[in-house]
Amino acid sequence: MTIAPERTEQTTASGQVGRSMRRVDAGEKLRGEAQYVGDMIVPGMLHGKVLRSPVAHARIVSIDASEALAMPGVVCVLTGEDFKDQDQFWGHALKDRPIVAAGVVRFVGEPVAAVAAVDEATAEAAVKAIYVEYDELPLVGTVDEALAPDAPLVHTDPTRPGLFHGLGTLPERDGNICYSYELNKGDAAAAFAKADIVVEGTYEFPGIYQYAMETHTVIAQVDSRGITLWATCQHPFLVRAEIAALFGQPLGSVRIIVPYLGGGFGSKSYTKMEPITVALARKARRPVRISNRVDESMATTRRSGAKITMRTAASNDGKLIGRDVKVWFDTGAYADNGPRVTATGADSAPGPYRWEGVHVDAYCVYTNTAPSGSYRAFGASQLQWAGDLQIDEIAHRAGIDPVEIRRMNLLRPGEELRHGGKPMDADLVGDIEKVAAALGWDRPKDPDTGRGVSVGVLAAGAHPVSSAIARMEADGDVYVLVGSTEMGQGQRTAFAQIAGEVLAMPAERVHCEGTDTKFTPYDRSTGASRSTTLAGLAVARAAEEVRKDLLAIAERFWPEPGAPIELRDGAAWCGTERRTYPELIAKRFGLSGGQLVGEADVHPAGTGSYAEGPVFWEICMAAAEVHVDRRTGRVTVLRTATVADVGRAINPQLVERQDEGATMQGIGNALYEEMVFADGRLLNDTLLDYRIPTIADLPVQSACVIVENGDGPGPFGSKGCGEGAFAGIIGALATAVADAGVPVRALPLTPERVWRAMSEQQEEEHR
Amino acid sequence: MRVDLTLNGTPTALDVEPRELLLDVLRDTLGLTGAKRSCDVQVCGACTVLVDGSPVSSCTLLAVETDGHDVLTVEGFREQPAFTRIADAFERHAAVQCGFCTTGMVLTIHALLEDGAFTDEASIREELSGNLCRCTGYRAILAAVGDLAGIGEPA
Ligand code: FES
Ligand code: FES
Repeated sequence: MTIAPERTEQTTASGQVGRSMRRVDAGEKLRGEAQYVGDMIVPGMLHGKVLRSPVAHARIVSIDASEALAMPGVVCVLTGEDFKDQDQFWGHALKDRPIVAAGVVRFVGEPVAAVAAVDEATAEAAVKAIYVEYDELPLVGTVDEALAPDAPLVHTDPTRPGLFHGLGTLPERDGNICYSYELNKGDAAAAFAKADIVVEGTYEFPGIYQYAMETHTVIAQVDSRGITLWATCQHPFLVRAEIAALFGQPLGSVRIIVPYLGGGFGSKSYTKMEPITVALARKARRPVRISNRVDESMATTRRSGAKITMRTAASNDGKLIGRDVKVWFDTGAYADNGPRVTATGADSAPGPYRWEGVHVDAYCVYTNTAPSGSYRAFGASQLQWAGDLQIDEIAHRAGIDPVEIRRMNLLRPGEELRHGGKPMDADLVGDIEKVAAALGWDRPKDPDTGRGVSVGVLAAGAHPVSSAIARMEADGDVYVLVGSTEMGQGQRTAFAQIAGEVLAMPAERVHCEGTDTKFTPYDRSTGASRSTTLAGLAVARAAEEVRKDLLAIAERFWPEPGAPIELRDGAAWCGTERRTYPELIAKRFGLSGGQLVGEADVHPAGTGSYAEGPVFWEICMAAAEVHVDRRTGRVTVLRTATVADVGRAINPQLVERQDEGATMQGIGNALYEEMVFADGRLLNDTLLDYRIPTIADLPVQSACVIVENGDGPGPFGSKGCGEGAFAGIIGALATAVADAGVPVRALPLTPERVWRAMSEQQEEEHR
Repeated sequence: MRVDLTLNGTPTALDVEPRELLLDVLRDTLGLTGAKRSCDVQVCGACTVLVDGSPVSSCTLLAVETDGHDVLTVEGFREQPAFTRIADAFERHAAVQCGFCTTGMVLTIHALLEDGAFTDEASIREELSGNLCRCTGYRAILAAVGDLAGIGEPA
């Protein structure tokens, strides 16, 4: 996909881009002054609590809320009865999800009712005083159960597309399969027919909880002016559209304010707790806050588990020729972002190699478990490791080093990944050489250690629509308005550096606040590693407009034609003569004030469809070295290396931090994390039982190699990062554990699983 | 119930319910929102405050239990000179991302520095394992604490 080149960006040499300036938001966060939704109080605000289903699949026979309603301090109770005159179904991909259960519950944790009360304790007590009679239905707890012949159906109503499905023509639902995506390139059957080596296997990836430390929290206010929300949402403009459609409001009467987010990682993408909070506030006629607890956020969204069958074909000399993949994603009881995860996963499944034939069938499957959607590097994370394991098997059989076999087969820039869309846009060969060197691939190995390398790509950028406004005040400070959400990634710092660079002034004097959809211009979403690339490009273009203004005013000071005017250090210069920006602004407006305003957008050259995409291919590459304790099965990560192929690092330190964070989350996904469901019930729904990495799990060494080839579509040749390393680390750990002699077929690689795999292998050898 | 405590250096009398958690009293009653709520089960450390100088999870401590004690939250700590030093190390190493773990992390680190608990890299890994951070991947935090404890930057 290409971005329409509306304006030409001017690269200056202001020294703002490419330096590791301190984060602009670090001070207020350290001081505890940074505001998150849960820190806010709206006058008259009530507290909402959701009654959630204790059963995975049932018809609701009756709901008795009379006792709850009679409790002092309870203002109202919301149930399915409140939507008799409203189509209460929502969902950006498929419109399959009611605000509160409409006669049927489909997963444990599904909202059945909600209470608004004067404080949280009262609301919580009232929720316990609502009595619901359920008539349990047969359920499907896993993908296998959902695909069985005569499986109970999770949904029976006709499929309806959501507002932002972005998936072309939606296929009809087939049993419990709500979406499918096929990828075909070349002739896979022919490739397998002539192969010397064929490896095959079945792999399983677990459901995962993103655990943004801040849980989903929303304050809603509904009055004659419309709907106002303070919400933990990554994509405020998409949520605005969905709320407007759901509650029959014009777009402009829905106002969404997004302060800092305490992490997102995809868990706050698209609409989540906003509809139920709005409905409750509407009924209560007062502002209401709903703040999830961790177990509730786990029931709100998660990463889908996946079951994968894969075959890879090669010739004896190690040429990779064919790959055939079937993957079923467990999207839970509602589609959420599952269809996009499915499509992206299919695109990631082959890996960026020069295949003669590839065939991928990807399915998105309903089950009676918590809905699942986005989580950092979705699609690639579930699949890349399986492909890497197969390439290593081929390498082993062909007697070729794992790095070498990849290097031989990698796509070169300009080669096609899939028909249509963007060809390979990065130097993969250079990247793998760098990551191998950073890990010390060729050093001798200690006993019981293993090394692995992983290579993949991820369709990044989502839909390329972003806009920005840059305002220069009379004192020369610049304020950037951009609708992208700061959830920890450091984009406000990156935007300051981008605007500072264009305006030839210190980035420390550029400021960027959170989103208020009433004033902030449109941005499609915060995810898919798109903020620096696309919102950043909008910021650069908006700043460029201010820059043009400054130069035009400067010409009034030095009107001689061809006078060598340049902008530098917050001033216009002509030779040794200098006029500061405040002087320029005073020249235009007189001495009393005024403001220079620049506005710009980014939009696709075509329609921006998924097929035209992606905006860029994010490189998912990493290497790792592990030690496996043969007695206990415990895996220790010794060293990791990642490649941040970012085109141009706006802030190198923040790029490294992205990879470090992704590395640790990758270690969690590969080694520890798994949502354990039994008959649709989540067994580990607290942080006591759901273990995420701590500082004690930090590898001895993690190297991040920043690659700057200037080949990105973003400002100054940049492109996004922060997700690729995640998928890469999972693959590198899986292959490293396999290299240490453990057969790997399922994640996470817990001590028990590793120990069992080793024991089974030994038994087989003795037989 | 009446609770008399020293809160951020000021003698303070509070009227609380016996079942009320310190975190709720700080955040909802007193408007001290620097301590964050996340796991609710004493695992993550986001709600950490110092009670008589020791890190405590305020999500599992009853407010009444602070009677007669000294409670320090980030709102009090940020006025102390020791805060500036820690904050500077965190900023230098970009050890802050979303910030949700940060105040609890900073208070814990302050208490442990005062105790001389950080003697080498292994002790940092051990002592800070009760403070989760999902964003940073900990490496920058390890480096910042290494600097602060004068044990050099870990390799
Ligand atoms: S909220 Fe208290 S330790 Fe997590
Ligand atoms: S900075 Fe986000 S959890 Fe630590």
